[in-house]
Amino acid sequence: MIQTVVSAGLPVGENLMIQKKRMMGKQTEGPGSFGRISIVTGIHGDELEGQYVCYELARRLEEASEQLYGIVDIYPALNPLGMDTRHRAIPQFEMDMNRIFPGNRDGAVMERVAASVVEDLIGSDVCIDVHSSNAFNREVTQVRISQDFKERLLPFAKLLNTEMIWLNATETVHESTLAHSMNMLGVPTLVVEMGLGAAINMDYGNRIVDGILNLMREMGLWKGAVGQIRQPAVVLDSAIQFIRAQKEGIFLPSISHEARVEKGEVLGRIVDVLHTSVQEEITAPCDGMVFTLREYPMVYEGALLMRILMEQGEESGQSCT
Amino acid sequence: MYLKEIYTIKAPYRESMNIRGYSFGKGDKAACILGPVRGNEIQQLYICSQLVKKLKELENNGCISSGKEILVIPVVNNYSMNVGKRFWGEDNTDLNRRFPGNPQGDTTDRITGAVLEAVKDYGFGIQFASFYMNGEFVPHVRMMETGYQNTSLANLFGLPYVVVRRPRPIDTKTLNFNWQNEQTAAFSVYTNKNDEIDDKSARQAVAAVLRFLTRMGIIRYESHSGYISHVIQEEQLTNVHSMSGGIYRRQINPGEEVRYGQIIGQVIDPYEGGVRENITAPTDGVVFFAHTQPLIHEGDIAYRLIHRLHE
Ligand SMILES: [Zn+2]
Repeated sequence: MIQTVVSAGLPVGENLMIQKKRMMGKQTEGPGSFGRISIVTGIHGDELEGQYVCYELARRLEEASEQLYGIVDIYPALNPLGMDTRHRAIPQFEMDMNRIFPGNRDGAVMERVAASVVEDLIGSDVCIDVHSSNAFNREVTQVRISQDFKERLLPFAKLLNTEMIWLNATETVHESTLAHSMNMLGVPTLVVEMGLGAAINMDYGNRIVDGILNLMREMGLWKGAVGQIRQPAVVLDSAIQFIRAQKEGIFLPSISHEARVEKGEVLGRIVDVLHTSVQEEITAPCDGMVFTLREYPMVYEGALLMRILMEQGEESGQSCT
Repeated sequence: MYLKEIYTIKAPYRESMNIRGYSFGKGDKAACILGPVRGNEIQQLYICSQLVKKLKELENNGCISSGKEILVIPVVNNYSMNVGKRFWGEDNTDLNRRFPGNPQGDTTDRITGAVLEAVKDYGFGIQFASFYMNGEFVPHVRMMETGYQNTSLANLFGLPYVVVRRPRPIDTKTLNFNWQNEQTAAFSVYTNKNDEIDDKSARQAVAAVLRFLTRMGIIRYESHSGYISHVIQEEQLTNVHSMSGGIYRRQINPGEEVRYGQIIGQVIDPYEGGVRENITAPTDGVVFFAHTQPLIHEGDIAYRLIHRLHE
């Protein structure tokens, strides 16, 4: 069943529409209630990994619909105009949609739209917001959780079949994200990050679909098959090394994404094409796994090139020099 | 006057972006004036350039108070200006959402970090800024309610209105908020335009800054006394929304008075030309903000009104 969550008139012959697919299973066990899980994606119009997750999840659920209990709501495009125009933010308003939650009934159009989305999600027992990095950096599958909600969210996050769970230090600005807003309103909401903007990695997508089915099984919403589930590494900021460009130029990595690297190993170069020179050679500051790798080659000073998950860094916070 | 180099960012195929400050007078860091951090803030750039011109004259005439230094940074983000973009060209980052910045962080964090470092020790901070919504304002001074804000100082600009905004999480990344956190008395000055020049309101803005600097004893300058400002809390403004989308016909300008029930705008059917909606004033008041685009969405804010203050 397709439902319209919110519709707003655009100036010329069109409505902005946010729609969802609702899948109704059998009644969940317990006192006469339906459990409900919501999957949202497309807040950032340049992130498309969630498209495959939504499609594949619904396909598998429909294939064995007799195994489904409760309600699954799939919102594949929270920022439809951004997706249509390959635009991260909301076109014209130029606002990052993930900075306007929980929205405002008396505010500008998109703030009102955000408020409608939040109202529609209320009542979910859990919500998963699927992101795919951005057009610049490739990411492994991960759940990002702010420290504030660690106790509540970690048990859910561990079921999602990701490579890692990153416990982020909270920045005030994150308070205006969908996930923070929903968590404040009592709907446990997990942010999944993976892959690269403007692309789909079906292998990653399948892992997340397995993870969502695994979570649904724990919630009593799914009695069907679930694939092999991996144990994620749970990491704090202190277990992560950020590698940033110190020079401008063209970045040429010499390792691949997810590579295991050793301290001192050459990871790539930044070159000056006009002068045929190497501006900077990047070496590994520690042993670890490259879980973020820059794909977009042009860089300024400060550009994020890689993030390395330090070996034995899990929840220990050792520093490496 | 002398030039201060604040930050340089290099690009592979462009001349470096050099953020420069113009320093007047010698002594205590008295006041800092900052121009565009967004690429469409052309009016703001124009105003700063006019201030530099004026302060040069005043310095040559010995009218900068002794022991006081004034810094003007006419533009932070000339890169975006030169390519017609509002935000940072590479990744569309809004520099005014990247404060306080970080010298070890991302490219844009390094820029904002260096700017904040250069401006944070000044007693007074004045930024010519723009709002996230497109449209025209009545000229005003805007402050964040951080606990450090001082509205009686803001009155000294002599602009018609002082607006105090209760910060939302997103505002904690603006220069104004972070400047106040550094104990600088920070003001954002808004004139009516951004991406086109309005000479009259630019002169009003230059006069307001010179008036403020005079009243704070930083310069000596004969100035008209300006307005007695009304202080408004932003949440007291009345938003007037359109109920439909279409072609927009605006009928009232910022600063004009409206009466309850008066038709102040119309939404025109973009195919058939008829009036789809008459937008009426829900209260007696003065127009603080007006939507100026020729198209309007359903639910857009067409106007923000200052509820008339009854005597
Ligand atoms: Zn995203």
